[in-house]
Amino acid sequence: MAEISSASAKSDRGFLTPSGRGLFGWIFSTDHKRIGLLYLYAILTFFMVGVFLGFLIRLELIAPGRTIVNAQTYNALFTLHGVIMIFLFIIPVVPAILGNLVMPIQIGARDVAFPRLNLLSWWIYVIGSMMALASLFGGGGPPDTGWTFYVPFSTEATTTNVTMAASAVFVLGFSSILTGVNFITTIHRLRAPGVTWFRLTLFTWALYATAWIQILAGPILAITVALIVVERVFGTGMFDPLKGGDPLMYQHLFWIYSHPAVYIMILPGMGIISDIIPTFSRKPIFGYWAIAVSSLAIAFAGSLVWSHHMFTSGMSDMAVFVFSLLTFLVAIPSAVKVFNWVATMYKGSISLDPPMLYALAFIVQFLIGGLTGLVIGSAGTDIHVHDTYFIVGHFHYVMFGGAAFAFFGGLHFWLPKFFGRMYNKKIATWAWGIMVVGFNMLYFPMLILGLQGMPRRYFDYLSRYQPLNVLSTVGSWILVTGLILMFVNLFRGLLRGPEAGNSPWDARTLEWTISSPPPHENFEEIPVVDTYPYDYS
Amino acid sequence: MSSEAHKDYAGAKLGMWLFLFTEILLFGGLFILYAVYLFFHPKDFAEASNELSLFFGTLNTVVLLTSSLCVAVAVSALQKGNRKLTLILLAATVGAAVLFLINKFFEWSDKISHGIFPDSPILTERVPGEVVFFGLYYITTGLHGLHVLIGAGLLIWVFFLVRSGAVNEKDFVTLENAGLYWHLVDLIWIFIFPLYYLIL
Repeated sequence: MAEISSASAKSDRGFLTPSGRGLFGWIFSTDHKRIGLLYLYAILTFFMVGVFLGFLIRLELIAPGRTIVNAQTYNALFTLHGVIMIFLFIIPVVPAILGNLVMPIQIGARDVAFPRLNLLSWWIYVIGSMMALASLFGGGGPPDTGWTFYVPFSTEATTTNVTMAASAVFVLGFSSILTGVNFITTIHRLRAPGVTWFRLTLFTWALYATAWIQILAGPILAITVALIVVERVFGTGMFDPLKGGDPLMYQHLFWIYSHPAVYIMILPGMGIISDIIPTFSRKPIFGYWAIAVSSLAIAFAGSLVWSHHMFTSGMSDMAVFVFSLLTFLVAIPSAVKVFNWVATMYKGSISLDPPMLYALAFIVQFLIGGLTGLVIGSAGTDIHVHDTYFIVGHFHYVMFGGAAFAFFGGLHFWLPKFFGRMYNKKIATWAWGIMVVGFNMLYFPMLILGLQGMPRRYFDYLSRYQPLNVLSTVGSWILVTGLILMFVNLFRGLLRGPEAGNSPWDARTLEWTISSPPPHENFEEIPVVDTYPYDYS
Repeated sequence: MSSEAHKDYAGAKLGMWLFLFTEILLFGGLFILYAVYLFFHPKDFAEASNELSLFFGTLNTVVLLTSSLCVAVAVSALQKGNRKLTLILLAATVGAAVLFLINKFFEWSDKISHGIFPDSPILTERVPGEVVFFGLYYITTGLHGLHVLIGAGLLIWVFFLVRSGAVNEKDFVTLENAGLYWHLVDLIWIFIFPLYYLIL
C-alpha cells in the first residue's frame, strides 16, 4: 500500500499529466485510462474513414446508373464500409474506449486485472487495423465480398485481397477476446469491498455480459475467417461441394459468431443508457435487477438465434421455425430494458443535457430498429424483405441509431470527467438535433425502399426508387454535418473548455467521487462501498 | 508496477481458464465441421481414416500424455522447492514436444509423398468425402501442431524464469498457467486422436 501514494498521483491533471516519456508514455502505458484514450483516438479515426466510405456509397446511389464510381469500386466501397464499421468501430467502440476508461473506476479498482494484456490488446487492434488498411492496396485491389465474406465467392471467385482482409479480422478478433478475458477477470476479482454483484453499475453489468459473448463467440469467428484464408491459400475444400464441403456450413459458422456480435455492439450501449437515464431523471433506476439480468438473458438467448440470417439459404423448414421462435425470445429482455428506462423517467425531474438527449434518441431509434427486427425475424415476412434495403435500414437503426448514439451519449457523459473540462452544451444540443434529423432522413427511406423491393448491395436501381434515394442521400449530408459539429465541439471543449468539476452531472457512481481528471491508479485508498449506485432519492 | 505489487493468483488463473475456454471453442468450430461432414459422408470418412498411420498416432498420444505428466509433476516439484527437478521435467516436456513435431513431420511427409495433400491432383480425383476428410485432417492437426509449438515456446520461456528464480516456490502461477496451456494442447489431441485415427 505504501508505494501507491507516490508523487505523480497528486498532480492537477491526473493521469493526463505528461509522464516525461512523450508518445512512448502513451503507447506503452498500462494505465487503463490512457489505453482507453488510445482506443478512442484509433477507433474514431477509423470511424471517420467508415463514415467517408458510407458517404460515397450514398452519393453513388443518388441517381440510377453510374454516378461517381464504377460497379467494382462500389462493391469495394460497401465491403470496406462494412468491415471498418463492424470490426474496427462498432465492436470495440464501447468496451474498449468507455469500458477501459470507466469500468475499473466504477468497481473501485486501480486498474484492470491484467494491465499489460490490456496494452497488448490495443497493439493487436492496431496491427489488425493496419492489415485491414493494407488490404486496400496492391495485389488484386480492395476486397469486394461484402463484410460477410460469403463462400464460394470469397474463396473461389474473387481475385481481390480477401486473404489479407480476412487475416485482419482474425487478428482483430484476438484483440476482442483478450479484452473479454480481461474484463471478466477484473469484474470477478477487483471489485472494491462492498461492491457486491447487485451494487455494480448497470454499465458494468452490460460490459460483463458483453465480455462473455466476446469470449464465447470470438473464437468461432477466428476459426471461420482462418478457414477462408486456408481455403484461398491451400484449397482444402471445406466449403466446396466438389470436395465434399458444404457452403451452408460457412454461413452457420460465420453467424454463430456474427449474430452474437450484434449483442457485443448493442449491449454496452444499453449499459450506457442505463447509467445516463437515472442521472438525468434524478431517480433511482426502475427495475435494476431486471435490467442487469436481461443483459445476461440477451447474451444467452442471442447466442442461439444465428440462423435467422439464413432463412433464404435453403435450411430445413424445421430449422427456420425453431430459429424464428428463438429470435422472438430475444425481443423480451430487450423490451424489458426499454420499459424500465421509460419507467425510470416517469415522474422524474428530467434535465435535457446532451447525454440525456442522446439517450432519448437511442430509445426511439432502437425501438424502430428492434421492431423492424421482428419483421425480419418472422420467417414469412423475411422471405419478402431478405436482402433488400429494409435490412440495411433495420441494422443501421440498431447499430447507428442505437449503439453509436449510445456511444456519443457516453462520450458526452464521461469525457468531461476524463479531461476535466466541459464542452459547449448549446452547440452539443444543436449537433444532436441535426444528427437526429439527418439520421432518420437517411435511414427511414431505406425501410420503405426495402418494402418496395429495392435490393441491397446493388450499384444500380430502377428509376422509380429515385425520389427516396435522393432523400436518403440528402439525409447523409445532414448527418455528416451534425457529426462534424459534434466532434469539433466535443474536442474543442475537452481541450479548452471551462473546468468541469469532479461531478458535472451530480451523478452518484464511484467514478464521480474522485478528482477530474482521475489520478493515476484512481484511488489513494480503495473505497469501501455501502450504497447502491443509483441513489438519487 | 502495481500489478506486481498486488499479484492476484486466483485472478491470474481465472483469466487463464477463460482463455483456455476460447481455445476449446476455436477447435470447436473444426469439430462441428467434422461432425456434420461425417454425417454427410460416413463411408468415405471411414475409408480415408483407415489410411492414417495408427502407429504415429498412438506414438504421439503416448508422447503427449507423458509430457503432460512431466509438466504436472514439475509444478508439484516447484511447489516443494525442488528447482532442479522442475528444470529437468520442463526440459523433458519440451523434448517431448519436439519429438511430437518430428513424428508429425514424418507422418505428413509420408502422406504428401503419396500425393495426399490439399488440392493435389491425386487427392482431388478421389470421392468428395475423402477429400474433405483429409482437408479437415490437415487443418485440425496443423492448428494443433501450431499450438504444440506455442506451448513449447511458453515452456521454454518459463524454464528460463524458473532458472533465474523469477518463478519460484512462492510465486509459481506463471508455471502453473503454462502447464495448464500444455494440458490443453494434450486435451485437444485426446479428442483428435480417436476421431481421426481410431473410431472409424
